[in-house]
Amino acid sequence: MITERLDALYEFDREPVSKDNLHGIGKFIGMYAGEHVAGTEFVIGALFVARGVSAPDLFLGLLVGNILAVLSWAFLCAPIAVKTRLTLYWMLRKICGPYLTFIYNIVNALMFCFLAGAMISVAATAVGLPLNMPMPELQDMFPASITWIIVVFCVGFVVTSLAILGFEKFANFAKICSPWMFLVFVAAALAVLPKLGLTSFGDFWSVANEKIWTGIPVEGQSKFTFWHVMFFAWFCNMAMHIGMADLSILRYARKWTYGFTSAFGMFLGHYVAWICSGILCAAADVTVAPGPIAFMGAGIAGAVCVVIAGWTTANPTLYRAGLALQAASPNWKRWKVTAAAGLGTTIAACFPALVMRLLDFVALYGLILMPMGAIILADFWILPKLGLRRNFAEVTGSKINWSAGISWLVTLVVAFLLPLEIFFKGLPGFFIALVLYVILSSIEQRKKHKKILSEEF
Amino acid sequence: MRTVALITALIGLVLTIVPSLFVFLGDVSWGDHAQLMFIGMILWFIFAPIGMKKKEKKGVGS
Repeated sequence: MITERLDALYEFDREPVSKDNLHGIGKFIGMYAGEHVAGTEFVIGALFVARGVSAPDLFLGLLVGNILAVLSWAFLCAPIAVKTRLTLYWMLRKICGPYLTFIYNIVNALMFCFLAGAMISVAATAVGLPLNMPMPELQDMFPASITWIIVVFCVGFVVTSLAILGFEKFANFAKICSPWMFLVFVAAALAVLPKLGLTSFGDFWSVANEKIWTGIPVEGQSKFTFWHVMFFAWFCNMAMHIGMADLSILRYARKWTYGFTSAFGMFLGHYVAWICSGILCAAADVTVAPGPIAFMGAGIAGAVCVVIAGWTTANPTLYRAGLALQAASPNWKRWKVTAAAGLGTTIAACFPALVMRLLDFVALYGLILMPMGAIILADFWILPKLGLRRNFAEVTGSKINWSAGISWLVTLVVAFLLPLEIFFKGLPGFFIALVLYVILSSIEQRKKHKKILSEEF
Repeated sequence: MRTVALITALIGLVLTIVPSLFVFLGDVSWGDHAQLMFIGMILWFIFAPIGMKKKEKKGVGS
């Protein structure tokens, strides 16, 4: 049975974390700082420049958005994590039942595949440098050359092979890369500042306004304002904080306040690194391809950094996708599933649109998974206050919690119908999911399961 | 041994970041900066794994 196989995959972390396995604050600082200096950072900062963000909008938008992201980790995700000490998978299993959890896992895996595909493209822009490969342009949707396809397939092959071989050793390698990668971002940006006419720090603000974040979008790109930047910075990791995926990490925290350590990831990766990649993009006449701009700033070390950044992001992502998809493929071994996922991911990576529309994709990724976080939040805090049961699927032994399923689906339908840009749909979507789940749970629990309620209370 | 490796790895990081500051100030050429960054990268990736090696406890993530 599919759900039993899925349970078996997560069996090792089925129990709440015991007290002797909790970690100190240093682990979380290191983990967040490392995780958010990744391949995506090379692209996102550059895409902000292409979208014509002005310098004040960028600096202020990132400041406010990142603070809101940190607060979301600290006040929404961390308190539930330290109270339950369960992974997202087992929280969903208790609340939503095995069927809905299975669907969530598959959706998550597909999203992971696309994210890994974008990172393979990022790495390919650096690998193709010695071959004088034509780089994908901002408006490109389809592969520009055969060389590009060959390079993408080579990178995809390496990433998939490593994902098949296992995750643990590679995760350790990624930890070693993080401090160096962050410094490469900063060093590359510093080294290209003279190309923008900046020779003293005192002139930074005027050069930033006139030559980097000019407020004028590239032709064909919609303009980004303060609100776009703020909401993007807040919601680009929506699946992790409001969507509760980081329950799996923060359940090891001694105190809920460790949620604030996400600030190290946000302000090193999503502030400094994005600013640096924006500077690099502007110095390269608004070129977005990460390989050439990193090489321009830091030479071979920059190109290697792009390969490693793309690689360290794509590899665990593909590994996790393979694990999740394994449950849906009867009698297939993990390596076969990962190989199939890797092939699909590599084909997707051939299309530059995946990287060039990364801002939209990241926003979509968060939006699709976010309603489950709202459901967990409502289930944990609100339902007991209304005299309703938490973890209804577990209590009733049902395979699916229809209140949760309908809330997820309706939230997404309404969110997509809202006449707003994708970056702004997450906030109303969160409240829709929250309210809908409470109302539907109330109806379902009171009417259909009166008997259970009377036994329990 | 670990301490020596850690110090050498840190020198690698210094070579990664400091030359760029001098490029910005106009005291070092871009070519020298790129070469020093390359050396810094080699030092970091050879010595950081040795320096950062310790008895691993169970990881944070899952």
